[in-house]
Amino acid sequence: MIDLREAVVLLGQFPALTGVTLKVSQGEIVTVRGPNGAGKSTLLRLCAGLLPIREGFATVLGQNLGENRRIIRSNIGLLGHMSGLYEDLTAEENVAFWGSMVRATNHEVREAIKFMGLNGRLSDVLVRQLSAGQRRRTSFAALIVQRPSLWLLDEPHAALDGEGRALVDGLIEDAAKSGATILSVSHAPIEPDGRIRRVVTLAGGRIIGDTANGGNSDGIS
Amino acid sequence: MEFRDAWSIARKDLRIELRSRVLTNQIAPFTLLIVVLFGFALDADTQTLRDTGPGLFWVAVLLIALLAIQRAVQIEDADAARERTLLTPVSPSSVFLGKSIALFIQLVALEVLLFFVMLALFNLSVGNPLLICLSALVATIGVATSGTLYGVITAGVGVRETLLPILLLPVLAPIAIGATRAFGDAFDRVDADGWAWLGLLAVFAVVYTVLGMFAYGQLVEDT
Repeated sequence: MIDLREAVVLLGQFPALTGVTLKVSQGEIVTVRGPNGAGKSTLLRLCAGLLPIREGFATVLGQNLGENRRIIRSNIGLLGHMSGLYEDLTAEENVAFWGSMVRATNHEVREAIKFMGLNGRLSDVLVRQLSAGQRRRTSFAALIVQRPSLWLLDEPHAALDGEGRALVDGLIEDAAKSGATILSVSHAPIEPDGRIRRVVTLAGGRIIGDTANGGNSDGIS
Repeated sequence: MEFRDAWSIARKDLRIELRSRVLTNQIAPFTLLIVVLFGFALDADTQTLRDTGPGLFWVAVLLIALLAIQRAVQIEDADAARERTLLTPVSPSSVFLGKSIALFIQLVALEVLLFFVMLALFNLSVGNPLLICLSALVATIGVATSGTLYGVITAGVGVRETLLPILLLPVLAPIAIGATRAFGDAFDRVDADGWAWLGLLAVFAVVYTVLGMFAYGQLVEDT
């Protein structure tokens, strides 16, 4: 699903990733941790095909990241720091628009809105008038209708209340069970029920720990 | 390229513009202000205004087009929606076409307003309404497509507001010249073959539409 070998990414002249080697299988849920500036968001954007790989080798969803970025992108759902929403459209209109871009049915749009608790009066509210948490829910609803094979989530719990976090956790579990792969950047503590199965720790643009390789819960090998 | 996707994008942009009311509450009054200022600047001599009317019309259109293009870019940049579009199967040419259609419809609406205000204030009489309509539509296609293309070139640049006019106005100069000549003929103000100028405008519109459909994707990648 994701196979990075000594991947180097430059942001301008700055080496944001300095040789990342990472393998993630289909259906796996992987959490990436690390200090600010470690390269976590850059890693997600590389896997999304939004940044070019400067050195090394990378395949995502079976496609070479250097050659087939467009094919890869159409199967990826990325939730970044920005919501990717239009402020002068309602929550429902936003989800419907992003749904129309991927040929989602009206039923799928309605179900996604309902799942994220945006049905009722919230669906007709302009995004600019929504709270940060409600915007996050709208972004997730737009992500659900995309039905991506690879979910790249940058701080998925950000701005969400307890109910929202539980919803997102359930959503991630369901997506993984249905065969999607989830790579998530998070500072949230690891859930005691073992919901996070694998933790990768990034520092200085390199992976310094991976629980899949015998690291501890902080990812330090 | 799927026209359905392009229409979805155009409809979305138009809905946003209707709701934000930037077009009606800011750009449209700016349009009227330009006409009135031209009137003051050129004195109240209606003969001068009638002679320069076609040129003033297209200078005004270029100025309001700059604002409309900035808005179209801003809509996509505000919350990283352009990036999200990249993560869909929609082809870049559909996005280009959709954005151009929305811009075209907005500009035509503003041109209609501008046209009737100028008719009234400058006391212009239309000699050839068909030539006016066709040259306005074809020239606006050229403005909308080249504007969409140059809008995305400046999208990732911090000084977009000042860079866009510098890059775009020279490109739009042939449209302004051709459309002014065609309008001049249609208003019986100049001795020119308006239909020949219309042909030139059509070539420009076709070139920028085709160029945009091919180049837009790469330009989005580079911004």
